[in-house]
Amino acid sequence: MKDNGMVIIGAGETGARAAAGLREQGWTGAITLIGEESHAPYERPPLSKQVLQEAGEPSPAYIVTAEKLKEQRIDFIHGSKAASIDRNNHIVAIGDGRQFRYERLLLATGARPRMLQLPDSGSGASQASNIRYLRSYADALALRSRLQPGQRVAIIGGGFIGLEVAASARYQGCAVTVIEAGPRILMRGVPESIGRVVEARHRGEGVSFKLNAGIQAIESAESESIITFTDGEALAFDVILAGIGAVPDTVLASGCGLTIENGIAVDERLCTSDPDIFAAGDCCSFPHPLYGGMRIRLEAWRNAQEQGTHAAGSMLGSTEAYSAVPWFWSDQYDLTLQVTGLPHTARTTVHRSLGATGDLYFHLADGYRLAAASAIGRNGIAKDIRLAEMLIASQAALDPVQLAAPDIKLRSLLTINA
Amino acid sequence: MTYEGWIAACDAEDIDEEDVIRFDYEDRTFAIYRSDKSEYYATDGYCTHEKFHLSDGLVMGKHIECPKHNGRFDYTTGEAKRAPVCNALQTYPVKNEAGQIWIKIS
Ligand SMILES: Cc1cc2nc3c(=O)[nH]c(=O)nc-3n(C[C@H](O)[C@H](O)[C@H](O)COP(=O)(O)OP(=O)(O)OC[C@H]3O[C@@H](n4cnc5c(N)ncnc54)[C@H](O)[C@@H]3O)c2cc1C
Ligand code: FES
Repeated sequence: MKDNGMVIIGAGETGARAAAGLREQGWTGAITLIGEESHAPYERPPLSKQVLQEAGEPSPAYIVTAEKLKEQRIDFIHGSKAASIDRNNHIVAIGDGRQFRYERLLLATGARPRMLQLPDSGSGASQASNIRYLRSYADALALRSRLQPGQRVAIIGGGFIGLEVAASARYQGCAVTVIEAGPRILMRGVPESIGRVVEARHRGEGVSFKLNAGIQAIESAESESIITFTDGEALAFDVILAGIGAVPDTVLASGCGLTIENGIAVDERLCTSDPDIFAAGDCCSFPHPLYGGMRIRLEAWRNAQEQGTHAAGSMLGSTEAYSAVPWFWSDQYDLTLQVTGLPHTARTTVHRSLGATGDLYFHLADGYRLAAASAIGRNGIAKDIRLAEMLIASQAALDPVQLAAPDIKLRSLLTINA
Repeated sequence: MTYEGWIAACDAEDIDEEDVIRFDYEDRTFAIYRSDKSEYYATDGYCTHEKFHLSDGLVMGKHIECPKHNGRFDYTTGEAKRAPVCNALQTYPVKNEAGQIWIKIS
């Protein structure tokens, strides 16, 4: 059997960046990138935004084209699902029986939408077929064709993807209802004040909310679906999208006995419990040195990029720890929201006004050390979020009074503490 | 004010050290930078990845980082420095005459 060198399973953001990273970092041997989807690696963030909004024939936003992969001598095996890993013999087998021998292996299998579980899932199949999910370009195209003016759209789950789809559906003239089990939207990851701004904006754009909602049943007839709630209310919809989170794809990893802990468990170099197998991106959980080694899993685009590049280095023998500060953005209407760090590790919050640009919140771990920052408003919030990210990385002691004062430049705090 | 293809864009003091401002002229938009050594530079105003104003981004040394997806350029040469940007930015000559910043955009 031919030696396939560095083998990467999953041709998403992480896999694509890792393949490029291996070449950039000097690997001249074989690279094999195996992807289940038929497309060359493409960006997922536009799937809930531009792809659902823009007129004309959409096309995926490619991270790298098939030609470019060829130019870089990366063997791209697309439309093929890796079925098993034989760790003893260093072999990956794909569905059609082909085998690939690896020197080092990267798992970049990402995450899949969490499926909605209903209390009385008796009529299982027929229920499920009418509930849509959004992860792939194919999902986005199918959803896009249904977002016609006047269609009644239910979004189950008030998280980022659901809310972005809500904004896109309003843009297309649909009647949109967001159904959320919790008392407010964006329960995970942003402070309540930001959640309130986002909710008010959606309401202003004509979106209805059903909060604290328990779904009893979803019954689908040919033309519409009826959602019955535990409070007795029943509402009819033409389209139902569930955006209730994602689960890491650990099928292959657990199949070959790797340690799983809220995702494929890796160490600070992104190495799994097998020294020749690495994992990165949405599928892995890793200890974060800036947060006392706490094990976290992220579902964020920049993390996928940076871990892909970092994993490439580790596969080539680097012993450097991955310590990038988490960062996430979301766009809804012309509002943009950015979060850096881990807000849930913070105890107190300090507000700084950015005037017409927006609002910035600092989340402090112990009164003076920055654990996270979040901001909402126009694109200009990016400058201060980026500086906050550097303040988090510096782990400097900060004065909350200075953080709150708009006339004190964040950059000056960075240089004082550097 | 224009003079032999040079356009008066702003006062030197309108831009903080290690910062950037947006400058619109006719139907075009530019970004004008002041480095940490108070040298001035100018580039196209929009990122080459998507159409977002670079003036909303952060200047770090000789780099400008795009506010949207953190792509990075060397604003002194226009070179693309970090994914997702891969196409270079157009740069323009700049001069500082007695505190008046001029850029040549033709
Ligand atoms: C609709 C949407 C909008 C988003 N918007 C934002 C945003 O605004 N901001 C932000 O920061 N993040 C956003 N994200 C998150 C971001 O896109 C993800 O964090 C990123 O895509 C993760 O990259 P990944 O490569 O780790 O996983 P994925 O992108 O999920 O890629 C994994 C790939 O592996 C393939 N695969 C899995 N198992 C196998 C197998 N056995 N064999 C072969 N191939 C396999 C999958 O088919 C998939 O193509 C969004 C995500 C979605 C879905
Ligand atoms: S718009 Fe500038 S990096 Fe994407």
